[in-house]
Amino acid sequence: MSRIPARFAQCQAEKRAALVAYVMAGDPDRAASQAVLDGLPAAGADIIELGMPFTDPMADGPAIQLAAQRALKAGGSLRRTLEMAKAFRAHDEATPIVVMGYYNPIYAWGPERFCAAAAAAGVDGLIIVDLPPEEADELVPFARANGIDFIVLTTPTSDDARLPVVLANASGFVYYVSIAGVTGTRSASQTAIDEAVARLRRHTALPVCVGFGIKTPAQAAAVAKVADGAVVGSAIVATLVESGPNEALALVQALADGVRGART
Amino acid sequence: MTNLNTYRSGPDERGHFGIFGGRYVAETLMPLILQVEAAYAAAKADPEFQGEFRSLLQHYVGRPNPLTFARRLTAAWGGAKVYLKREDLNHTGAHKINNCIGQILLARRMGKKRIIAETGAGQHGVATATVCALFGMECCIYMGATDIVRQAPNVYRMKLLGAGVRPVTSGAATLKDAMNDALRDWVSNVDDTYYLIGTVAGPHPYPAMVRDFQCVIGEEVRTQILAQEGRLPDSLVACIGGGSNAMGLFHPFLDEAGVRIIGVEAAGYGLDTGRHAASLTGGRPGVLHGNRTYLLQDDDGQITEAHSISAGLDYPGIGPEHSWLHDSGRVEYVSVTDDEALAAFQQCTRAEGIIPALESSHALAHAAKIAGGLPPEHLMVVNLSGRGDKDVNTVAKALGDEHFGGLV
Repeated sequence: MSRIPARFAQCQAEKRAALVAYVMAGDPDRAASQAVLDGLPAAGADIIELGMPFTDPMADGPAIQLAAQRALKAGGSLRRTLEMAKAFRAHDEATPIVVMGYYNPIYAWGPERFCAAAAAAGVDGLIIVDLPPEEADELVPFARANGIDFIVLTTPTSDDARLPVVLANASGFVYYVSIAGVTGTRSASQTAIDEAVARLRRHTALPVCVGFGIKTPAQAAAVAKVADGAVVGSAIVATLVESGPNEALALVQALADGVRGART
Repeated sequence: MTNLNTYRSGPDERGHFGIFGGRYVAETLMPLILQVEAAYAAAKADPEFQGEFRSLLQHYVGRPNPLTFARRLTAAWGGAKVYLKREDLNHTGAHKINNCIGQILLARRMGKKRIIAETGAGQHGVATATVCALFGMECCIYMGATDIVRQAPNVYRMKLLGAGVRPVTSGAATLKDAMNDALRDWVSNVDDTYYLIGTVAGPHPYPAMVRDFQCVIGEEVRTQILAQEGRLPDSLVACIGGGSNAMGLFHPFLDEAGVRIIGVEAAGYGLDTGRHAASLTGGRPGVLHGNRTYLLQDDDGQITEAHSISAGLDYPGIGPEHSWLHDSGRVEYVSVTDDEALAAFQQCTRAEGIIPALESSHALAHAAKIAGGLPPEHLMVVNLSGRGDKDVNTVAKALGDEHFGGLV
């Protein structure tokens, strides 16, 4: 069973939003990556997004593109991503892990076999960037059968006519991509985010998390006022490679403080 | 695709050719893809749109181009009677312009102001920059930094035509990476930008739409061979990177059971070296750049680098309809090495006075292999998809003519 609903229930009881922290599995190498992953809950991450490295990350900006290249060069793979999740699970039974990436490595493995392996490794959710609802039937039934949430992406281009199509497969939470663009580049205005979250809530009862372009504790706090979660990826990934694991975890702590203080 | 009486009914309404094709793109792009699909469906049925397309092909591109009997190659190969379809004589020097004319008309019809495209050899980039100049649209071409060095004359040509050329340094800095960056641009500029894909790949409706625009090649061949020989050809041969020139030639003949159809992939240094671009022969089905198709990839599903002496074939995938035609067995797919293509390049140049593109030289090389074993009454059409002026530096280097290489 996915750990995601319990985690949002807990955050709601604490009257706060969740911090969703993204790291790329195996970046810059397996040991450092595992150390950061294992340190995320203590630093205040409520949910972890674990990036699955891919050679052709079409929806990512430079920070995550380079992270994927470093991870692959250091021997990263889909199999190793699940091994890292499993190692994390050995000492943390509560923090949800969502794996995020592109479809081809999963297709190469086989969607059914992959979903079973991911569940066995303690994965709670999937975000597959290039698997829109039109093609998702080949994966969603296997995710569901293994108790894994299929987390859908909604964007500024998903209008009211399209949202029901996108949300039909959704479980766990809904990820709102706040800009039309790639990860780690520009940021949306707070007004635009407020309006988008309000619009999404008219279409779904699932928690709504906002990502793309959130870099600072202040931005995370602003998002946390209206959304159920703030997703930060590129800023953490960039800090990890530029300054090291301790500084990356310090940034996560600062982001968590921002999110936790947002509604007080 | 359930109609077994025809190979020409695909794709289905969701853009699938059997298990291939589809729309594997980020959600941000899905509404745009659906808009392109709706706009193209309307344009396809609009006689005015089709009339303008045909008129530009005639008066701007210079169609119909000839179907030339290759007298001296036929004699040298000693078998089949060989004809060359002269796409090299089109404005801008290759078949790429056919598709660009069609798509620029669609972009204008959709009210788009800015055009983006990817290019490998630069032929599609030049053709895109050309139609943007013709229609006064802003043009941004993504090109791998490695290819920019290999294809310098085409880069300057694009600049002269008013296009911005953005060097792509991610990944291996070739065509695949240029396509990634074009998709990133599109996702970031959803309101005013149209992505003009250069081959029969990408998310639906691109594979079908580009095919439709390129089918003028095969339709002309049918008319011309009937006029010149009084019957249909016995075989068709074309090179394949993404596969647009081949699809344009093949598609009008797919339901002619008597026509043998052969697609030629780039075997680079040889299939056994692992350094090639033969997706069908050396790859397996996967998902990249919006479609499911045969891809060069490792066990983990990571995309591997392609290699070919021809930058236009240097791509680890292939159009999804080719993957379907491969699995269905209707089309034979073979491969030709860099060295074999180079030999055919020289032979065609000397025998016919036609300098073929290195891409097209792959088709010629396979024709050379099989023509001798066929009877003299066998009619073979080889698609001369482009001219080789852009390749003279590459060829000079490959032949060791370093001194000459410095002069061109």
